[in-house]
Amino acid sequence: MATLIRARDLVKDFPLQGTIFDVFFRDRKAVHAVDGVSFSIAEGEVLGLAGESGSGKSTTGRLLLRLQEPTSGSVEYRGRDVTSMSARELAALRARAQIVFQDPNSSLSPRMSVGQAITHPLSIHRIGTPKDRKERVLDLMEKVGLSPAEFLYHKYPHQLSGGQSQRVVIARALVTTPDFLVADEPIAMADVSVRALILQLMRQLKQDLGLTYLFITHDLATAKYLCDRVAVMYLGRIVEIAPRDELFARAHHPYTTALLAAVPVPDPDARRDKKLPTGEIPSAIDPPPGCHFHPRCPLAMPKCREARPPLREVSPGHFSACILD
Amino acid sequence: MERRETILSVRNISIEYPISIGVVKAVEDVSLTLDDGEALGLVGESGCGKSTLGLSLLKLLRPPGRVTGGQLLYRGTDILGLGNHELLSLRGRNIAMIFQNPLTSLNPLFTVRSHFLETIHFHDPSMPTARATEAVEKMLATLGIERKRLTEYPHQLSGGMRQRIMIGLALIMNPDILIADEPTTSLDVIVEAGFTQLLADLRRLYRLSIILITHNLGLVAEIADRIAVMYAGKLMEVASAREIFSRPLHPYTQGLISCVPNIRLEQKELVTMPGSPPNLAAPPAGCRFAPRCPKVMPICREKAPALIEHEPGHSAACWLSGRKD
Repeated sequence: MATLIRARDLVKDFPLQGTIFDVFFRDRKAVHAVDGVSFSIAEGEVLGLAGESGSGKSTTGRLLLRLQEPTSGSVEYRGRDVTSMSARELAALRARAQIVFQDPNSSLSPRMSVGQAITHPLSIHRIGTPKDRKERVLDLMEKVGLSPAEFLYHKYPHQLSGGQSQRVVIARALVTTPDFLVADEPIAMADVSVRALILQLMRQLKQDLGLTYLFITHDLATAKYLCDRVAVMYLGRIVEIAPRDELFARAHHPYTTALLAAVPVPDPDARRDKKLPTGEIPSAIDPPPGCHFHPRCPLAMPKCREARPPLREVSPGHFSACILD
Repeated sequence: MERRETILSVRNISIEYPISIGVVKAVEDVSLTLDDGEALGLVGESGCGKSTLGLSLLKLLRPPGRVTGGQLLYRGTDILGLGNHELLSLRGRNIAMIFQNPLTSLNPLFTVRSHFLETIHFHDPSMPTARATEAVEKMLATLGIERKRLTEYPHQLSGGMRQRIMIGLALIMNPDILIADEPTTSLDVIVEAGFTQLLADLRRLYRLSIILITHNLGLVAEIADRIAVMYAGKLMEVASAREIFSRPLHPYTQGLISCVPNIRLEQKELVTMPGSPPNLAAPPAGCRFAPRCPKVMPICREKAPALIEHEPGHSAACWLSGRKD
């Protein structure tokens, strides 16, 4: 299948406020949020980007849509370089590539009704006449389960339930008929029963509208349910990327193994003694040398401190960045 | 299993919040017991009353919230009848509580050490500081936190460490009941798993009884011996953890379990529960789950089913579960 979007060696540093001396001696410290990330997503594919907080997964998602400028590296959308696009080209891209954030309440204006919010992108991109727009919005609202649409059209965010708000955000992202959607932890804030409904909706929409997703999540169980391929990030780097079944059956990287072992299983008979890495994810200001995971890795060797292990193909389509592979 | 002494018993507790448009019946006629050394999971979605119930166990409800009926017996003493002075000694010495976000529970201007000393000296003003410090150092060792952290402030600690400090503070006066309200919700997966293990160790070490309030079914499956499922202010089902997961009787419990992605299973489709919980200012007549229940019958909409013990130790409030079919 054709590649829809491709990231090459993406790097994003957020410089820290330093003193005048740091500036003078060019010793500005920075948070290395994304540190050389490359991957591609095929048309119609769902790529999961999993990792703990601070692993750089959300920043990666934003870089793909150029909501943040990369420090270096490039993004290609259908073979065209997103990083060098003009403002006009970028605006056109935004109609094709959209994002849904974690907290629907902070992504909706409290002063815009549901109808206004979903129609807004259409007026920005000058799509359709006002009458077409309303029809299109009502139709989409039914499709995402905001029903009865005529009734909810005039409601405001504070009158909606959490599940409904997230549906409004999804509808707003889909109203310009994009083909690529970055979903940044879209269910993390939702209640258990709402989560399942949103996941089911996302799967349905993907089938009906032929969408491609980058699905950012900290929950591997969710990734397993929705994704075709999963990439695991740690401190700004992808440590492992593989087709879903391959990753969950034969994880290679010690970090992925640890992450998998840590996922709580809703089954009291599955309790086990976990071998967990000690400590927590280190600061991205001054990450450990070599393999970022070595200070917490149960299998670490002196060699791990020396050089960054490259992603190596361990079996077809399955890449892992560990010197043990 | 040997029958252990009941240490806490909740008898027909109802809690209301009067608000401008009426009275929200947050908890209605809930009865539960906690045995010595037992871990009880209190499970439900947001707004089901689980946190309100947890707060009431320490008489920590804030006005306008009020207990309108029932009894809370701790080793035979009615907590609701206690005066302020007695409550202060009950909290921390007998029953302690930890909350979701440790940052809001810790004082940013206090070091770890002063947090502990304040707690100890509040309960035991005559304890010499040297002896108190000794106790604190012993506690830190149990929690797996280095001694040098004693002089640090909350902002210098990681999320996992803060939550460990919180549990240390809760246990420093050696209470016999720990109420943990969503203790791992703000933590990352691996840190959460580590915390879960710590909780299991502490439980043995301190002979603790635990009430774990959470929406995370994976977490209760890891910790709880017995699980109580709440929905819209009412208890729906109470049984051993194994029974709840292997043979849930109530359709709500069944729905809740099957809508959670499980990393150990191949789930082609998640079972979803359409709709949302009822407005508690005007709950539906009859069973509160009836409007969303896939197995609803005419009687469900008329009369609320009582919580009945259908098998030893397994109770459910459902018209269906009494029938053999």
